[in-house]
Amino acid sequence: MTTDAVLPSSVLAGQSAFVWKRRSQLLIAAAVFLGVAVLPHVIKDVYLQNVMVLTLMFAAVSQSWNILGGYCGQISLGHALYFGVGAYTTSVLFVTYGINPWIGMVAGGVLSALLALGLGWPCFRLKGHYFSIATIVIAETGLLLAHNWDFVGGATGIQWPFNPDSWWTLQFARDKVPYIYFGLGLFIVTWLATYVIEESRWGYWWRAVKDNPEAAQSLGVTVFESKMAAAAISAFFTAIAGAFYAAFVSYIDPESVMAFRFSLLFALPAVLGGIGTLWGPAVGAAILIPVTEITRSYAGGSGSGLDLIIYGALIMLIALLKPEGILSLFRRSPKRESAE
Amino acid sequence: MSAEALIQVIASGLLMGLVYALIAVGLSLIFGLMDVVNFAHGEFLMVAMYATFGLWLATAIDPILLAPLVTALMFVLGALAYMGVVRHAMRAKANIGMVQIFATFGLAILIQGVAQYLFTPDYRSITGSWLGGQTLQIGGIYLPWPQIYGGLISVAVFGGLYLLMSRTDFGRALEATREDQGAVALVGIDRNRVFALGWGLGAALVGLAGAVLAIFYYIHPQVGGTFALIAYVTVALGGFGSVFGALVAGVIVGLVEALTAVIAPPALKSVGVYALYLAVVFVRPSGLFGRL
Repeated sequence: MTTDAVLPSSVLAGQSAFVWKRRSQLLIAAAVFLGVAVLPHVIKDVYLQNVMVLTLMFAAVSQSWNILGGYCGQISLGHALYFGVGAYTTSVLFVTYGINPWIGMVAGGVLSALLALGLGWPCFRLKGHYFSIATIVIAETGLLLAHNWDFVGGATGIQWPFNPDSWWTLQFARDKVPYIYFGLGLFIVTWLATYVIEESRWGYWWRAVKDNPEAAQSLGVTVFESKMAAAAISAFFTAIAGAFYAAFVSYIDPESVMAFRFSLLFALPAVLGGIGTLWGPAVGAAILIPVTEITRSYAGGSGSGLDLIIYGALIMLIALLKPEGILSLFRRSPKRESAE
Repeated sequence: MSAEALIQVIASGLLMGLVYALIAVGLSLIFGLMDVVNFAHGEFLMVAMYATFGLWLATAIDPILLAPLVTALMFVLGALAYMGVVRHAMRAKANIGMVQIFATFGLAILIQGVAQYLFTPDYRSITGSWLGGQTLQIGGIYLPWPQIYGGLISVAVFGGLYLLMSRTDFGRALEATREDQGAVALVGIDRNRVFALGWGLGAALVGLAGAVLAIFYYIHPQVGGTFALIAYVTVALGGFGSVFGALVAGVIVGLVEALTAVIAPPALKSVGVYALYLAVVFVRPSGLFGRL
């Protein structure tokens, strides 16, 4: 940088503090990922391992959602569509054509990214609630079409064949640990993508677009292209997670991968943890998913609705008590910082 | 397709469209007043249907006579939802839009849970009501009386809403608050009271729709979701906040749905509605009559 010489030293100190803070995030991340990697060797209970897989998967999807919803400020409530496209592409290619799920996974990701670009073109003209409602409607249309499209199994869905445990086909009949590692790997990739994006030109553009699209545009930010890029990246990773989920449960039907509640479940961890933050989706998922799963197993089995009451009350309470997300509990407010 | 069959389809679609408009108008009203999308709107409808069912079960009074009581109860529920939940959500300093979405979504799940707890997930229906199963025959066209009743109620409600908004102090306060919240505070209108009454009115309107729907539709804890999406589409199609837009859009949605069911498998009848909605907002991003 040629301007370094004329900047006051306090700015330089601020810059190096920023760089240090960024690098320390990597250390924290390494420690967290290592901790999670060790967990399945400590917790051997299959039910809890199952909860871990789901937590990691929702953390990864929510991290992807956060790229478009949190950083770029485009509140999509239709990400179940991309999740479903990933799950269905992989399943159809594998079950009908015998194509390896790893290839199917990438194919699903690319297809979703293209779909996001195609849908983004008209949708990004819409603002606020109009955008969110349009995403719901598009995802719901996808759900209806999947229900009535026999090629993808219609309402009956697609059952994966039983194969011996193998990383090659991503199938493990009894062992949950490989899925934990896959989930962790997926989360690390989405986390790193977010980390890189935060500091990149795109990251700054997106935040500018989110805060004030008109001002960003006047400063030369290509608002529309920015949103398109965010949508494609977000959809790509969401579809990869969908493919993973299909392998994990080995049976999919429209309701189990594309229902509206999935769209909300992808947004929710980011919102609860802290929307538009690096760790928000992970913190949100680590609290929300275990609570959801455990209330469902202990209170939901009877169909009495108690699990829904607890779950609904929890979402409402967190939204009302900590609107900035749980992470804000640990962050010093700017006011106090400047007083020090 | 014969002319008679076509008239049949159009007449059924029109009546259902009027009911959709009645379901949607409360949502639009609340949005116009305070920029909040109520994600528990479908659950308000469901509560009203269960309230009608429960009161009918307990008293054996016909649902038509119960409708005013259900509407009044829903007014109270709506005002309480504002005071207990939405008012706090509006105080959020950060990402207020998401807080509103998830606070009302949490409320929706909670209401679903309570309904399932009290009534089990079973499908219920009201049998032996005055209008249940009755049809009106004009020439070769058959129209079910419950739908005719729903359509008439809807027309009456929109007429009443027009008078309320244009002729009463409450209507003017409502209109003034949506125009400029700061200014109404200056002239001594309590913003919170107007909002609470607005939520009461919005819930009462969907409550009346629920009392109508309970006569001819199955009642279960998830029934709200089916109609909520139609209501969002109707409101966005008509333009958020526009009462007149909700009426026009509701009728359009009803007609398109009925006509789609003729040319495509009935399971895909909503696809026609969604496609039309998307086509409209892509051309007019704020709906037919919306201000943005």
